[in-house]
Amino acid sequence: MKFENRILLYMKILVVDDEPDVKALFEQRFRREIRNGEFEFSFAFSGEDAIEFLDVHASEIVMILSDINMPGMSGIELLKTIRKDHPMAPPIVMMITAYGDTDNYEQAMKLGADDFLTKPVNFTELKQKLQERYEG
Amino acid sequence: MDFFFVVFFLIQFIRKRLNTHVSLPEWDKKLLLARYTAIGLLSAFYILNESAFVHWLWYPFVLYILYIIYNEKDFESIRATVQSLFPFIIVGFLGDFFKLVAPTQYREYHDYFDVAKAFSFLWMLALWYNFQKQQKVLDKEREEQKRKDEENEAKKTSLEYLVAERTQELTIQTIELQRALDELKATQNQLVQSEKMASLGELTAGIAHEIQNPLNFVNNFSEVSVELCQELEEEINKTEIPAADKEYIAGIISDLSQNQQKITHHGKRADSIVKGMLQHSRASSGTKEPTDINALADEYMRLAYHGLRAKDKEFNATLTTDFDPTIGKIEVLPQDLGRVFLNLFTNAFYAVAEKKRVNKNNPAFANYKPEVKIITKLFGGKLYIRVADNGTGMPESVKSKIFQPFFTTKPTGQGTGLGLSMSYDIITKSHDGILDVSSTAGEGTEFKITLPVS
Repeated sequence: MKFENRILLYMKILVVDDEPDVKALFEQRFRREIRNGEFEFSFAFSGEDAIEFLDVHASEIVMILSDINMPGMSGIELLKTIRKDHPMAPPIVMMITAYGDTDNYEQAMKLGADDFLTKPVNFTELKQKLQERYEG
Repeated sequence: MDFFFVVFFLIQFIRKRLNTHVSLPEWDKKLLLARYTAIGLLSAFYILNESAFVHWLWYPFVLYILYIIYNEKDFESIRATVQSLFPFIIVGFLGDFFKLVAPTQYREYHDYFDVAKAFSFLWMLALWYNFQKQQKVLDKEREEQKRKDEENEAKKTSLEYLVAERTQELTIQTIELQRALDELKATQNQLVQSEKMASLGELTAGIAHEIQNPLNFVNNFSEVSVELCQELEEEINKTEIPAADKEYIAGIISDLSQNQQKITHHGKRADSIVKGMLQHSRASSGTKEPTDINALADEYMRLAYHGLRAKDKEFNATLTTDFDPTIGKIEVLPQDLGRVFLNLFTNAFYAVAEKKRVNKNNPAFANYKPEVKIITKLFGGKLYIRVADNGTGMPESVKSKIFQPFFTTKPTGQGTGLGLSMSYDIITKSHDGILDVSSTAGEGTEFKITLPVS
């Protein structure tokens, strides 16, 4: 139980993207934060993967960062599923939209996305946003 | 006495029949003269106590008249009538001759001669009367013919008029058809062109989408690598290896870091191109709103001018504006149209600046005054906007490609070749307008925007 309490101090983030290199990128970009124990990242490489992961780890995950354009289940569908299956203790969902993709932006907005990032992801901005959520 | 009447009426007859007074004025005078001669002869006959000599003078006179009638072409038509005179003249002559050679016998037979003369006179009158009647019938026929001719003439004229009218109609139709055909051809060319542009635009956007993701990785990883290099340097400084080695390692790290920065720099460059490409496919943001086109054009003209001035302090150009104050506000996408203006003005200023730069040492261009002009005009439910410069202009080979994505004549890194291609899309697709260009190499370029005004 002690251990579980400590976990709550971490901010557990699930990154959903079909590009495997995203994992390496996040791990390098947030090297310091991960080492300092501020964030802990998990990765899913498709919407289906993410659902599977959430079924097991739903209570742990505080934030989800998801791409929209993915083969199979899209980020929009993932967002819809999350909002339907996990209405209690909803995780913060940040969507990553392609540059100028207003259609998906509006749709995600309607489905209750908490925040948006545009590609290419500005990591300074993302870091700032995560820090705010972490501290708040 | 009898000859006088015959001659008198003959002359009268000729003058009337041939209408000599009008058609043969020369002969008319001679006929009048003949009449006076006849009167003269008659007078002489009575004054000289019915002189036989004067009486005989009638014969050469009458024969002369007949001779003239039978020898001149002008009198051809009356010869037949004149023939009726012959019996009377012959009988008269025979009587007078007999009287001359045998006066005593003549006295005995002069009753026969008188009777013969009377008969020949009657004969003459009968013939004349007959001729007169025939003449009347002929005249009537001639009149009829004339009337028919006139009728035909009228019909012919009206037919000719109809033919002329029909011909004109056909000519007008031909001209209209030719014009319609030309218009169709022009429209077809425009359609082919816009179709080409549309597919190129889609292709461009597709490529941009595909390139965007890998490019993001390049940029992100190179950025993170710079951070890693810094960390690495910090970590190395913590270790206790000889200073010379540290310096060597620091040098390598610095090079690595610089390389990463170069990758980031060029990656960002590629990124801005990709963004430009994506704007092609981007569904136009915002809605049409009433916009003061003159103010918008003026704003972007100054923006483009000062943009260039910031890079080249020596650059100078005359900005000429000819705005139609009656335009009012027109429904457009102000941001998109502003982008078009910015592109057109940037190109115009670039063209004049280039002309000045290239001809810097050419004395022929010592008086060259760069000028960029904007003209707006509302006319017939359409807004016409012209952006003209007196810059470098372009040859036909360049002109035909300027609306293609990625076509640029600017040096590498100075233009993406997307400005005009995007402007073309904004004008033709978002505004249902026309973007046209005319240019003469070395003289200048003029872009013409035509926007429908609802």
